[in-house]
Amino acid sequence: MIPLDYYLVLSAFMFCVGVLGVVVRRNAIIVFMSIELMLNSVNLSLIAFSSFLGDPTGQMLVFFVMTVAAAEAAVGLAIIIALFRNKQTVNIDEINILKW
Amino acid sequence: MSFEQVVFYFLAVLAAFSAVMMILQRNPVNSALYLILNFFCLGGLYLTLNAQFIAMVQVLVYAGAIMVLFLFVIMLLNLGDDRRLREHLGLRMYLGIGFSVALVLELLFIFLFRSSNSAVQQSANAAEMGTVEYVGKVLFTRFLFPFEVTSLLLLAAIVGAVILAKKKTAE
Amino acid sequence: MYSYVGLIILFPLFGFLFVGLFGSRIKSEKTIGIIGSSTIALSFLVAASIFVEMLSLQVDDRQHIVKQFEWIAAGSFSINAAFQVDQLSILMTLIVTGVGTLIHVYSIGYMHGDRGFWRFFAYLNLFIFAMLTLVLADNFLLMFVGWEGVGLCSYLLIGFWYEKNFEKGTTGDAAKKAFIVNRIGDFGFLLGMFLIFTTFGSLNFETVFSAASVSTRGDSTIMWITLLLFVGATGKSAQIPLYVWLPDAMAGPTPVSALIHAATMVTAGIYMVARSSVLFALSPITMEVVAIVGVLTAFYAATIGLVQNDIKKVLAYSTISQLGYMFLGLGVGAFASGIFHLMTHAFFKALLFLGSGAVIHAMHEEQDIQKMGGLKNSLPTTYKTFLIGAIAISGIPPLSGFFSKDEILWKAFIDGSPILWIVGAAGAGLTAFYMFRLVSLTFDGKSRFDEHHVHPHEAPKTMTIPLIILAVLSVFGGFIGIPASLGGGNRFEHFLEPVFERAYSKMTLPYHESSSLEYVLMVVSVAIAATGIILARKIYLEKKEIAERVSTKFSGLYKILLNKYYIDEVYESAIVTPTVKGSDKLLWKGFDVGVIDGLINFTAKATEFASQLLKRIQTGVVQSYAIVFVAGILFIIGVLLFR
Repeated sequence: MIPLDYYLVLSAFMFCVGVLGVVVRRNAIIVFMSIELMLNSVNLSLIAFSSFLGDPTGQMLVFFVMTVAAAEAAVGLAIIIALFRNKQTVNIDEINILKW
Repeated sequence: MSFEQVVFYFLAVLAAFSAVMMILQRNPVNSALYLILNFFCLGGLYLTLNAQFIAMVQVLVYAGAIMVLFLFVIMLLNLGDDRRLREHLGLRMYLGIGFSVALVLELLFIFLFRSSNSAVQQSANAAEMGTVEYVGKVLFTRFLFPFEVTSLLLLAAIVGAVILAKKKTAE
Repeated sequence: MYSYVGLIILFPLFGFLFVGLFGSRIKSEKTIGIIGSSTIALSFLVAASIFVEMLSLQVDDRQHIVKQFEWIAAGSFSINAAFQVDQLSILMTLIVTGVGTLIHVYSIGYMHGDRGFWRFFAYLNLFIFAMLTLVLADNFLLMFVGWEGVGLCSYLLIGFWYEKNFEKGTTGDAAKKAFIVNRIGDFGFLLGMFLIFTTFGSLNFETVFSAASVSTRGDSTIMWITLLLFVGATGKSAQIPLYVWLPDAMAGPTPVSALIHAATMVTAGIYMVARSSVLFALSPITMEVVAIVGVLTAFYAATIGLVQNDIKKVLAYSTISQLGYMFLGLGVGAFASGIFHLMTHAFFKALLFLGSGAVIHAMHEEQDIQKMGGLKNSLPTTYKTFLIGAIAISGIPPLSGFFSKDEILWKAFIDGSPILWIVGAAGAGLTAFYMFRLVSLTFDGKSRFDEHHVHPHEAPKTMTIPLIILAVLSVFGGFIGIPASLGGGNRFEHFLEPVFERAYSKMTLPYHESSSLEYVLMVVSVAIAATGIILARKIYLEKKEIAERVSTKFSGLYKILLNKYYIDEVYESAIVTPTVKGSDKLLWKGFDVGVIDGLINFTAKATEFASQLLKRIQTGVVQSYAIVFVAGILFIIGVLLFR
C-alpha cells in the first residue's frame, strides 16, 4: 500500500519543476508547457486525496481543471501565434514593451 | 515489494525524470515529447489510485489533444533550437532558481517534519468511485451547474482562439 | 406689547430687503424714500408703545426677556436670539429709531437726484436693523452680531460715493480705514467675550451679571475682561487710540455722518459699557482708565477741532470730544449721566450735522468754511436751528446740553477727582469756542464766496422739518433730567436706576446731597462756556486779525493742531507700514510661499522620486512577475508553516 504522502511528494516535486521551468526558460512555448505540468501536478494531488478520503469531489475538480486547461491551452497558443506574427520571435525577453 | 509498489515507484520516477528533462531540452519538440511521456505516467498513477475514468480522460485529452495542439504550433512556427541557456544567466535566473529550490525544500520540509496522520489506506469505495457510471452520476447531479458553465467557457475559448489567431485581412 | 419687540427689528430688515431687491427698478424717489422712512417710523411707534406700557408697570417688573428662537445649542454653550427689553434698551431704541426716522426723511431731500438713491436707503435700513439688534440683544454674542453689522454698514455707507476721489485718497480708503480700525477694537471685544465665557460659562447678560454680583471688587479676571471690552469700545466709539477713522469717515454723505457717526453707531461703545456696568464697577482700575481716556480724548479732540477748516471735520472732532465726556461719566460711576449725555448729544449733534448738510447742499458741495460766510440771510431756518444746536452743545442752560454735560462734570468732580473736572471744564470751554467759531465763519459776517456763481438757497421741507424737530428736542430734551439740586425730580436717573442697581451696589459712592459746591461748579462751567462763546464771536466776527496773528505767532502749535498732531502719519509709519511690509516679506513670501507651498511641492517631488524608483519593478518581462509570485508563495507557506 502506498501512503498518501508519497503521492503528495511527487506532486510537490513536479510542481516545483514546473515553477522552475516557468522562471528559467525563455521560450514562450516551453513556459506554457511548464504551466501545464504544474496543473497536472495539482491534478495528481487532487486525485490522491479523493481516493484516500473517499470523496468524489476531487475527481470532479480534476475533470473541470482539465477542461479549463484545454481551453487555456487553445487561447494561449493562439496568443503565441499572434505574437509570433508581430515580432517574429517567441523569446519572452524580447516581449517587454509593457514596461516603464 | 508488492506489485503495486513496483508499479508506483517505476511510474513516479519516470514522471519525475521526464518532468526534469522537459525543462532542460533545447529543442521544443523534445520538450513536448517528454511532457507526453509525463502525462502517460500520470495516467498510470491515476490508475493505481483507482480513478479509471480520469486516467483515460488524461490520456485522451491531455496527451492526445492538448499536446498535439502544442506540437502543431511548434511546427507551425518553425522554431529552431534555443540557444544555450548558460548565455543568459542573469539576476533573474539566479533569483528564479533560488526561489524554486527554496520552494522544493520548503515543501519537503512539510512532508518530512510536519505531516502527522498520513493516511495509509485508500478508502473502501475508491474503486467504485472511479467508474464511469459513478462519475457520471455525480457529475450530472451535484456538479451539473459547473458542467454547463464549462461548456460556455469552452465556447468562449474557441471564439477567442479563432479571433486571436486570425490573419488580419487587408482592408 | 413686549412680545411685539421682534417687530422693531423686522421692519428695518424688511425695508432693507425690499428696497435692496426692488429699489433699482422703482423709478420714483418718493416711493423709496417713504418706504425707507416709514419702516423706521413704525419701529419707533412700536418702541414708543412698549415704553408707555413700561411706565405703567411696577419698577421691578419692567425688565422682560423676549425669546425669538434658539440660535446656538452646542453642549453647554447655548445662545438664544432673544431681546432684553428694559429701561436702558428701550431708551436706546427710541433714540435710534426716533433720530433715525428724522434722518431718513432728511435724506429724501439731501440725496435727491443721486444715482444710488435706492441703495442709500437700503443701507440705511440695514444699519438700523443691525444697530437695533445690538441694542436689544440679551447676550454678548447677539450684540456682537449687531456690532459687526453696524461696522459693515458703516463701511458701505462711508464708501457710498465710491467714484469720488479726495486729495488724500478715495472714499474706499476711508471706508476701509473705518472698518479696519474698528476691527482692531473688535478683536479686544472678542477676547473679552472669550474671557467672559471661560469665567462665567455663559454669554447671557442676566447669567453673567448675576454671577458677577457675587464677586468681589478688584478681581483681576474681571479687570482684564473689562479692559478688553473697553478696547472694543474705543474702536467703535472713537476714543484714543482708535479714533482715527472718524474724521476720515466724513467722506460719506452727510446724513450718514449724522446718523452713524453722531447719534448711533459711535454710541454703541457707550451702550456696551453701560450695559456691562456691574463688571466695570467691580474693577476700579478699569474705571479709572475709562475716565482718564475719556477726559483726555475730550480735551485732545477739542484742541484739534479749534483750527479745522472743513465744516464736517470740526463736527467730527466735536463728536469724538463729546464721546469722551460720555466715557468720563461712565468712568466715574455716573452711568445714567453718560447715557443722558448720549441722548442729548444725539439730538444736537444730529441737528448740527444735518444743518451742515443743508449748508453744503446750498453751497454746492463746498465744505471749506473759509469760503463761506453771510449765509444767515439766505438760509434762515438752517441758521436758527444750527445756532440752537451750537448753544446746546456749549452747555448753556436751559438747553439740554447743559443738564447732561453739567451732571457729568459734577459727578467727575465729586466721585472722581478735581483734576478730571478741570480738564473736562477746559474742554467744555474749547467746545464752546470752536462751535461758535464755526457758526461765525459759516453764517455771520460778510460772504467770502463768489456771489455771482453761487446762489445759496434754503433747503427743501424734507430737510428743514427734521432740523426743526431736532432743535425742539435739543431745547426741551434736557428737562427730563433736571437734577435734584435744581428742583427737578431727576427723572432720567431714577428711570434707569434698576438697570445699574447691581453696579451701584458694588461701588462705594459717597452719598451726596446737593451741596453748595454743586452750584458753584455749575456757575463756573456756564461761565467758561459763555466766555468761549463771546471770545469766538469777538474774534471771528469783528477782529479776524487776532486769530491770524495768534496762528502766525504760534505757528508751530497751529500746524500741529491743523495736522491732528500728525497721529495718522505716526500710525502709518509705526504700525501700518511695518505690518504691510512684514506681511509681504515674511508672511507671504517667507511662510506662505516658502513653507506651505514648499511643503506641498516637496510632497509632490518626494512622490515623484519614489515612483521613479518603484517603476523599475515593471520590467515588462512576464517571468519577473512570475518570480515575484513564487516569492510570495514561499512567504505565505513559510508563515503558515512556522506560525
